[in-house]
Amino acid sequence: MAVEAIRQNKLRSILTLLGISIGVFSVIGVMTAIRTLETSIDSQLDIFGTNTFTVNKWPDIYVGGRGEGKKFRERKNIDYYQFEELKRRVVLPLRVSVIDGEGERNIQYNDKQLKRSAEVTGADEWGLRSFNTFLSAGRNFMEDDIRFFRHVTILGPDVADILFPFEEPLGKQIQIRGLDYTVIGVTERKGQAFGESQDNFLLIPISVYLQRFSNRWTSLRITVEAVSAEMYDKTVDEVIGLMRAIRQVPPEEENDFEISSNEELAETLSGFTGGIKMFAAAVSVIALLVAGIGIMNIMLVSVSERIKEIGIRKAIGANKRDILTQFLMEAIFLSQFGGVVGVILGILGGNLVALILNVPSVIPFDWALYGLLICSMVGIGFGIYPAWRAANLDPIQSLRYD
Amino acid sequence: MSILIKLKGIKRYYDVGGEVVRALDGVDVAIDHNEYISIMGPSGSGKSTLMNMIGCLDSPTAGTYEFEGELVHDMDDNQLASIRNRKIGFVFQTFNLLSKATALRNVEVPLIYANIPRSDRIERAAESLEAVGLGDRMHHKPNELSGGQRQRVAIARALANKPSIVLADEPTGNLDSKSGVEIMKIFDDLHGRGNTIILVTHEEYIAEHADRTIHIFDGKVKEDIANHNNRREPVPT
Ligand SMILES: Nc1ncnc2c1ncn2[C@@H]1O[C@H](COP(=O)(O)OP(=O)(O)OP(=O)(O)O)[C@@H](O)[C@H]1O
Ligand SMILES: [Mg+2]
Repeated sequence: MAVEAIRQNKLRSILTLLGISIGVFSVIGVMTAIRTLETSIDSQLDIFGTNTFTVNKWPDIYVGGRGEGKKFRERKNIDYYQFEELKRRVVLPLRVSVIDGEGERNIQYNDKQLKRSAEVTGADEWGLRSFNTFLSAGRNFMEDDIRFFRHVTILGPDVADILFPFEEPLGKQIQIRGLDYTVIGVTERKGQAFGESQDNFLLIPISVYLQRFSNRWTSLRITVEAVSAEMYDKTVDEVIGLMRAIRQVPPEEENDFEISSNEELAETLSGFTGGIKMFAAAVSVIALLVAGIGIMNIMLVSVSERIKEIGIRKAIGANKRDILTQFLMEAIFLSQFGGVVGVILGILGGNLVALILNVPSVIPFDWALYGLLICSMVGIGFGIYPAWRAANLDPIQSLRYD
Repeated sequence: MSILIKLKGIKRYYDVGGEVVRALDGVDVAIDHNEYISIMGPSGSGKSTLMNMIGCLDSPTAGTYEFEGELVHDMDDNQLASIRNRKIGFVFQTFNLLSKATALRNVEVPLIYANIPRSDRIERAAESLEAVGLGDRMHHKPNELSGGQRQRVAIARALANKPSIVLADEPTGNLDSKSGVEIMKIFDDLHGRGNTIILVTHEEYIAEHADRTIHIFDGKVKEDIANHNNRREPVPT
């Protein structure tokens, strides 16, 4: 019966279904897109390690005018001395490590040369951990590599692929900016995130890096890992206190460095996604409202076209609730039909974002369910009046109607 | 046992553009179980209005209607729907079938409203159709059936919930006389099996099937007489 009603009012039905579909599509699409972003960001964040934070001259993300940028620029750089002081004086952290990197194209092995720049990263023995990767072959840096400025390097798989397509890289000499480095390790492949390879880097000892690659803008990033989640806040406090002392920040002034953690990054991102969610919600509310009015219209027409049928049904024993239920079911069916289309399109659309950003696709089952529930509610909400009209028709008048 | 149907001083007035139409104007009728009654009268005399009243489809402007000893006036919509569904089978002159549904589905509908489970429903609807000789037409839609067949579907539908009363408003009015005879045979059988039959007709030979004929004129009972001729006599065609 419901299908008949739809077939008889094709254009109106299509427009209504479209409205419902758009409404549901915008919710599901945005939710799917956000979900894909969140899952990939989460997996990124996991890599950093949960109890980890960084000390940095610049914030990870900042929004603001020129004044803000100037404020950060005028800060003192974080140099190796500060890092060593911090490392020497802290007691709580599990580890304190340092890292800094710079894009570099001038890297070659025999006649093979990089075509696009790779990130040359100065690191200590914790560098792999900061990169959240593991060795697939070779060894890690040792303290002596750093202390004695050894020209050794650990290659990311992308760099290894280009320089050593057919050869075993370990033990070979490559040239970075014309200087020889011995390959001591190759890391595991991590693949892509947000459309960018995570494997296009090489590590060299931080001491060598500072000697060869630093300039007056170089400011190191210090990574601190607390021993446990419980100790995290205390560790942050200790590090802030020490950094202030080391950098001689007067007591009344605010920190002249940034502490950034995964949590903060996640918070910033959720603020951003929250905005998108609100927008999607607004679009869907409008679309669903329009669709709801469409459903009410179709149902009213359907009721007036079927007055005779309603009369017959009442004459053979249908009570008000039977008729009400029948027409409500039709309204729900209509809206569900549009809803299913919207959910499917939404999931496809949302995953298109996943495809573009090269992150794994997701199917938000919970939101698909909510979407269909919302559709039912729209169907009931806007179908109730026509159904009520049908239920309250007078049986005799309806029977006489042609 | 109380009397089945008891109408006292039933009036039904319509207000048509300020003018009052007295479709029923004080009708007193009592009908007992297993009576076979025909209602006759000129067009516009109020026969259909009376049938709708008896069938609990309409409510009177004045007067009282007792159905099985209970005042219909005191019943709510659901009770009325339930009476129409289970106790009364209504057959209309214009069949009033659901045009898009098959014969089987049409007969099934009252069973749905009686909350009969699906499997039983189909079985009972099929039985009901077989009883009126339409076992081979179950999956036909009304427009694929002849007038007589349609009316038999309507009768099967009216009988689906095994009501004790069958109301038929000019059941043969739209049929040729041969189909009319077939339909009347079904009513005769039903009466023989204990049902109460009330039918409206313009035809003397149809009315003769009944044991009692009520003549309506201008919304009033003009004559209410028992038929003395034997209704089992062959009906002239
Ligand atoms: N809904 C209505 N509104 C106004 N007047 C009505 C309505 N229903 C019936 N009437 C009037 O009531 C009177 C009786 O109508 P009813 O249908 O009962 O006659 P009837 O005896 O069945 O006639 P027929 O033999 O032509 O079917 C008629 O004058 C009719 O015009
Ligand atoms: Mg009539």
